Amino acid sequence: MNPSAIRFKHATVRYPNSERNAIEDISFECGGGELVVLLGPSGCGKSTLLRTVNRLVPLDAGRVCVDEKDVTEVDAVELRRSIGYVIQAVGLFAHMSVAQNVAVVPSLLGWSHDEIAGRVDELLQLVGLDPASYRNRHPSQLSGGEAQRIGVARAIAARPRALLMDEPFGAVDAIVRTALQRELIRIVGELKTTTLFVTHDVDEAFRLADRIVVLRSGHIEQVGLPHELFDRPATAYVRDLIHAGDDVYRRYFMHGRELLRGQPQ
Amino acid sequence: MSYFATHPLRVAALAGGHIELVAVALVVALAIALPLGLFAARRPRVAPWLLGTLGAIYTIPSLALLALLVRGFGLGFTPIFVALVVYAQFMLARNVVAGITGVDPAQVDAARGLGMSPLQVLLRVEFPQALPVLLGGVRIAAIAMIAIATLGGYVGGVGLGVLIFNGLTLHQPQMIVAGSLAASALAIAIDALLRLAERITRAPAGAR
Repeated sequence: MNPSAIRFKHATVRYPNSERNAIEDISFECGGGELVVLLGPSGCGKSTLLRTVNRLVPLDAGRVCVDEKDVTEVDAVELRRSIGYVIQAVGLFAHMSVAQNVAVVPSLLGWSHDEIAGRVDELLQLVGLDPASYRNRHPSQLSGGEAQRIGVARAIAARPRALLMDEPFGAVDAIVRTALQRELIRIVGELKTTTLFVTHDVDEAFRLADRIVVLRSGHIEQVGLPHELFDRPATAYVRDLIHAGDDVYRRYFMHGRELLRGQPQ
Repeated sequence: MSYFATHPLRVAALAGGHIELVAVALVVALAIALPLGLFAARRPRVAPWLLGTLGAIYTIPSLALLALLVRGFGLGFTPIFVALVVYAQFMLARNVVAGITGVDPAQVDAARGLGMSPLQVLLRVEFPQALPVLLGGVRIAAIAMIAIATLGGYVGGVGLGVLIFNGLTLHQPQMIVAGSLAASALAIAIDALLRLAERITRAPAGAR
């Protein structure tokens, strides 16, 4: 499938029994093949925003469109099968093998047995795990990093038109996290899948993002390229957030990423 | 033990009736407890009320409940059958609720997010993972039902209880012992069998 553009138009969500909107009047577009990071502290609404795309959270006002089509006009189950979903807790199905986990969406879509078997091996290789030694393992026999690699493989198994990642590397140690981030840049670069990536980790955002959306208590503070946020923060909040860490380090990653993408500025 | 030797066919026939009574009651009880437990598991506010009510029913002494049921249904198979179904509800529904609510929420979130329909989430993720807990409920219910079913000998002339109650009226301790031992053996056998089933469903997919 071709990478899809995801467009938010005045998206607003209020949870029942809540006094304020979880997200309010969010409008921006994530272009086809782009990796956009939703960055903000916990409770800023970034996960809520992500989950409106596959309709795990319904909108109270506004629209979310994938490929110019309002997501509420598509059957929710069909929509979700066409969009990959990765969460921090991974959520591998404990009663299924690694291969069965990776095969979940293809088998829901009715792929043939041979097609699925071939795809599983291909995906395990793609995420850097040897198919022969991993396909029959059980989720309890995996390390945190291995489990999340399988989580990513499961999400992209049926060649989704977009990928939603909710703090996917938040629960693994720093070394594994860096490795997974590198792999993600490689995989998304190869597949050119439109990706929305939620994190509260500014360094992670700078390593991965084509563009960053900074959120704070349900609204957008700034949308921009990493170096735009870095050099010209729109608000004091963005400046404090971006420059709270090691500036030299962030500048280094920013330029590294742009060189990797062949678009030095 | 001599009653076993002198009347093996009679003991076997009554044991067969006992198993049949418990098995039919268990299947019917499950058919009620599964949807009931599922309903409660989906509604956290309903669950304590439902389980509380079923728990209260469970505390009614079985002889008292049977006396009521005999007034309604007369003597025979029906009162003991209904009593077993009613008593089993507490143990079965409680474990259905515990099993379903005990499933890792991340797996349910992933299942929904990947595009499983609500029924697929239930059948492919929630039910398989709740199965060991559910089987635990079935095992406990089955053992209790085997014991309670001996009262079927008193009100309905079915099951191994017939030996116990006839032994009482005829002052034949050997009959009482035979009936009790057979019922106990049955309970122990069913317990072992269902424990094995639990262990198999608990084993990881890779080890099967």
